[in-house]
Amino acid sequence: MAGKKDAKPNLTPAERVALARHAGRPGTAEFIDALFDDFFEMKGDRLCGEDGSVLGGVAMFHGAPVTVIGHRKGRNLDEHLRYHFGMPSPEGYRKAGRLMAQAEKFQRPVITFIDTPGAYPGLEAEAHGQGDAIARSLARMSRLRVPVISVITGEGGSGGALALAMGNSVLMLENAVYSVLSPEGFAAVLWKDASRSAEASEVMKLTAADLLEMGVIDEIIEEPAGGAHEHPKAVFKKLDSAISRHLQLYEDMNGSALSAHRCKKFAAMGKRYLTNLDIEQDL
Amino acid sequence: MANPLNAFEKRKQALQSLKQLRRPNPDKQKTCPACQATIEKKKLMSTFYVCPHCGHYLTLGAKRRVRLTVDKDSFKELGGGIVSTDPLDFPEYQEKVRAAAEKTKIHEAVLTGVGRIDGIPAAVGVLDSRFLMGSMGVAVGDKIARLIEYADRRDLPLIIFSASGGARMQEGILSLMQMAKTAAAVEQFSENGGLFISVLTHPTTGGVTASFASLGDVILAEPGALIGFAGPRVIEQTLGEKLPEGFQSAEFMLEHGFLDAIVERKDLKKALSQLLKLHGYRSQAPSRSITNFLPGGKDRSKEQNFTDRTAARDADRSADADADADSAVSADASDDRFIAKQIDPEPDLK
Ligand SMILES: [Zn+2]
Repeated sequence: MAGKKDAKPNLTPAERVALARHAGRPGTAEFIDALFDDFFEMKGDRLCGEDGSVLGGVAMFHGAPVTVIGHRKGRNLDEHLRYHFGMPSPEGYRKAGRLMAQAEKFQRPVITFIDTPGAYPGLEAEAHGQGDAIARSLARMSRLRVPVISVITGEGGSGGALALAMGNSVLMLENAVYSVLSPEGFAAVLWKDASRSAEASEVMKLTAADLLEMGVIDEIIEEPAGGAHEHPKAVFKKLDSAISRHLQLYEDMNGSALSAHRCKKFAAMGKRYLTNLDIEQDL
Repeated sequence: MANPLNAFEKRKQALQSLKQLRRPNPDKQKTCPACQATIEKKKLMSTFYVCPHCGHYLTLGAKRRVRLTVDKDSFKELGGGIVSTDPLDFPEYQEKVRAAAEKTKIHEAVLTGVGRIDGIPAAVGVLDSRFLMGSMGVAVGDKIARLIEYADRRDLPLIIFSASGGARMQEGILSLMQMAKTAAAVEQFSENGGLFISVLTHPTTGGVTASFASLGDVILAEPGALIGFAGPRVIEQTLGEKLPEGFQSAEFMLEHGFLDAIVERKDLKKALSQLLKLHGYRSQAPSRSITNFLPGGKDRSKEQNFTDRTAARDADRSADADADADSAVSADASDDRFIAKQIDPEPDLK
C-alpha cells in the first residue's frame, strides 16, 4: 500500500456506494471526537422521546462554541440496532430542531454531519409524524440566523438526510453519496427490481463530482486511496480546515443575510433545468 | 336434436354480446374502482366525483378540482408553461411526461394559479396524481415556490391540494432539493403573515408530506386519503408483516394530531371559504383581471414594521431581479415576465 497512496483508481458510482456504507467508515461520533473539543451530548426532544440515531450537542471548534448534530449509525451491531442504522424517527428530527433553536439563541454556528440510508420507515415513526418532523426541520433550517455548515460524510439518503443538510455550505466527502432515494429503492420504484441497484447508481448522479457539477454541494473533501476508513486522520484534517474556512465566509453576515443566503441557494437548485414553454393559450 | 356444442357456443356468444352492452361507454359512463358500479358521468359533477353507490372518492384531476373549488370562470393559470428538461437524461422520461401531459391537459404535475372562493381571491395550487403520481420534480417545486411568492407579494391566502407519491425519481437529487425550496418558501410566507391552507388528498406521501404539505397553518384532508411519509410497502418490508387496517389514513392522521379536520369533498369549498373569512380575507367584486386584485384582500397595514428582516428581504428581492436580468437562461424568467406571459391576456394592462 505504501507508495501507492496517491494513485487512485477511477471508482464506479456503485463502488462509491459500497465505500460510503463501509463498516469501518468514520461516522458522526468519530468526526465529533476528532474535530471538536469538550463535546457535551444533549438528548431528548422535550415532547416525548429520545432518539439516539441523531447525535447532537455543543462543543468547541477552534476555541469557539458550536452546535453539532449528525446521524449516528453506531459502531457495532448492538448500536446499529439501537440506532436503526442511522435512520431517525421524528423524535430525532425534533431533537435536532430543538438544538438548532438553541444554537440561534446562543448565537453559535451549527455543523451537521449527514450519514443515513433515510428516515426510519416504521409504524411508530409514521404515527408520530415523520413527514411533519422533516418538513419542520427544513422550515426551521431555512430561517436559522446563524451559519450552518453541512457535511455529507457517508450515505445521504432521501428526505431523512436532507432534513439536516440545509447548510449555507454543503461539503461532501469524496466517496460519500447523496440521492433522492437509495439505489436499491430507486431501482425498486422505477424498474420494480431492487437488484438493479448498480445500474441505478450509474444513472442517479449521486457522486460528489456529479453533485458539485449540479450545484447541490459546494466542495469535495478528498479521501485517501481506498476510502476514508483507510486513513481517517487525513480526512479529519482536511475536513477541519474546510469547515473552518467555510465558517469564515459567513463571519460578517447578520442573521437575516444568513437565512436569505440559505434560502436563495436552495431555491436556485435545479433552476437551470427549467424551461418555459411558449403557450398561446391554456391547454 | 341440436348439437350440444353448438348450443353452448350460441349461449356463449349471447352472453358476450350482453356483456358488451353492459360495458360502460367511456364517453358517458365510468366504473367505480371500489364497487365496480357503472356511474353516469353527468351525475358525477353533482356528487363531487364521489361514487353515489359506495361513497368511494374517485381520483380528481387538477383541472376538475379547480372547477369544483373556485368560483366559475375566476381561475387564471400561472406558470402553466414551466417544465423541466431531463436533468438525468433518464431513459423514456420525456415520453412519459408527454403522455401524462396529454392525459391531464397540464404540462406538469401541479396546476397553479389564482381564483376566487366565494368571491375571495386566493392563490391555488393543485397536484394531479395522474401525472407521474403527482411527483415533485424541479418544475413542480418551482411552480409551487413561485405560487407561494406570488401569494406573498399580493397578500393572497394560499391553498394547495396535495396528491403525490413524493419526490420525482427521474429527476434524482434535484427533486429532493425541491423539498427544501418549497418548505423555505412556505416558512417565509408564514413569517410575513400569510395564511396557508394545506389540503391533503389521496395519496399524499413522501417528499410532499415531508415539505410544504405539512406546513399549513390549517391542514385539512379528504376522508380515507392515504397520508404518510414512507410508502406502505416499504414499511411492510421493514416490519415483515402486514400493516394494520386504516394505518396512514386521514382518520389515523387526525387521531395522531396531524390534521385540523377531515372534510368531505362536497363541503370543502364551504370550509375553505369559512376559514378564509375567519382569517380576515374578504370577497372582492370580480375585476377584469387578477392583476387588478387590490394588494391585500386582508388589511395588514397596521402590523407592518420594517425590521431589518424585511429590509433584508427587499434587498434580496432586488438582488434576485438583477440576477434574473443578468441570466441568459430563459427559464429563469423574472416574475414580471412570468406573470405577463401567463396571466395577462388583456393587452391594455401590459
Ligand atoms: Zn362505488
